[in-house]
Amino acid sequence: MKKNKERRNLLSIEILGLLLGLIWISPFYLMIVNAFKTKRDIFSGVLGFPSEPVFENFVEAFIDLEFLKSLFNSLLITGFSIAIIILFSSMAGYALARNKSKLSGVIFFIFVAAMLIPFQSVMIPLVSIFGQADMLNAGGLIFMYLGFGCSLSIFLYHGAMTGVSKSLDEAAIIDGANRFQTFWYIIFPLLKPISVTVAILNVIWIWNDYLLPSLVLNESNATIPLKMFYFFGQYTKQWHLALAGLTIAILPVIIGYFFAQKQIINGVSEGAVK
Amino acid sequence: MQNRSLSFWLFLTPVILGLGIVVVIPFFYGLFYSFTDWNGITATAFIGFENYINLFQESEFVDSIWFTVKFALITVILLNVMGLGLALLVTRNIKSSSLLRTVFFMPNLIGGLILGFIWQFIFISVFGDIAGITGIEGFDGWLSTTNTGFWGLVILTAWQMAGYIMIIYIAYLENIPKELIEAAKIDGASSFQRFKNITFPLVAPAFTVSMFLTLSMAFKIYDQNLSLTNGGPFNSTQMVAMEIVRTAFSDNDMAYAQAKAVIFFLIVAVIALTQVYYNKKREVEM
Repeated sequence: MKKNKERRNLLSIEILGLLLGLIWISPFYLMIVNAFKTKRDIFSGVLGFPSEPVFENFVEAFIDLEFLKSLFNSLLITGFSIAIIILFSSMAGYALARNKSKLSGVIFFIFVAAMLIPFQSVMIPLVSIFGQADMLNAGGLIFMYLGFGCSLSIFLYHGAMTGVSKSLDEAAIIDGANRFQTFWYIIFPLLKPISVTVAILNVIWIWNDYLLPSLVLNESNATIPLKMFYFFGQYTKQWHLALAGLTIAILPVIIGYFFAQKQIINGVSEGAVK
Repeated sequence: MQNRSLSFWLFLTPVILGLGIVVVIPFFYGLFYSFTDWNGITATAFIGFENYINLFQESEFVDSIWFTVKFALITVILLNVMGLGLALLVTRNIKSSSLLRTVFFMPNLIGGLILGFIWQFIFISVFGDIAGITGIEGFDGWLSTTNTGFWGLVILTAWQMAGYIMIIYIAYLENIPKELIEAAKIDGASSFQRFKNITFPLVAPAFTVSMFLTLSMAFKIYDQNLSLTNGGPFNSTQMVAMEIVRTAFSDNDMAYAQAKAVIFFLIVAVIALTQVYYNKKREVEM
């Protein structure tokens, strides 16, 4: 009897959950379905299926978004930023964890405290300084991402170092390795799980960032969000094209999520709870 | 590694340069120039607190602070209720558990700018259609008034971030020893009693973490604001972050915008430090 009641309870929870899930993804459904419609089709109703699916919207949006170019810019900027954040933050986390002096503690504290400063509080002088140095370009942007991203990353690496025994360093040094070799061949591979977390947290943020690139890059090397903003401004009142553009812009993220959902959810969970 | 060893400093040089040039120097540089008539390149005069006195008399800035505070409070409550609700749902022994986690978390991976555009379509066209079909006037004219703009931003943010808060609650829920729940079941505790006396107290720390996390997230929102309402109608749904960006890069009033940015920093820092204080206090009690 009791078992039966419990099973029925679970079933109703399951149904409730699935309904909620459907509501949750309905914005994406509405976006995709209407991206396949003509302008007139959208005007006569947005809830149903298209009377006859059209693909021209996607072709036009793809061309106007200069999608391959903006995708390339996004990949380039995100890729390089992540690479240097991981390399330099892990080195710093290692050095700070292996030096137990007061000075090392103070440096670590400064990096953590810098997380208190919101982006908008430094953006005006930042743009001014980089402008005067003629560094408002992709290279400058990647360097800025190192500056904004390193604090949390160092914090996570520093925490992970407590699980890496000091005797490993000593053994490597006795075998004649220098500090960098010790770090690169012995320590860094052991930090791989936290490197995955650091990479995921930074990719989500940098890939989607709009405000900073909008202040640094010009339209010719725009990333996807930046290009999407210009594109959307051109097509107000032309939802069929705007929605096709949005669908294309989201696609790389959905593909990435499909292949790495477990790592992404675990990474975010680890980054948030620590 | 010792303080005097070269390798210690070599390992730290890149990030010290990064943080220094990108965050620390601009921060103090901006703090200094907020007391001048700086135009972004040069300053001609030191004007003391004039910018700070002016900004508190500017109704647009003060309004944007109140709008942001109101938005943050409602979003924080909503996000935590939804986040905990979703977490309780997907940690039950149901078949679609991992599928649902994937679905609820998905909006979080997509940028606020793009999501704001999608919801602009929903609030304007889809809601308009629903109003036409059902005849309910409440669905008409969304984003064209301050009130609907406000709730539009709340709905967008709640939908985008509830999955993230869910993940935090899941981490705490899954740490609750199964034996405790089993033992309570055997002793005849109802599911509400189990929630009230076991789950809730053990998940309470997650509540502090998420509350402050969502509070500072809500305060710093910019992309969603830009793409959903663009501050309209008549700048009435403009939040602090957007106000600062506009003062700086549309009005070109750099020193004045920087003074606003300093006030913004103080607000966000007070929120974060309160969290640190509470966390420390809790750790001592435990």
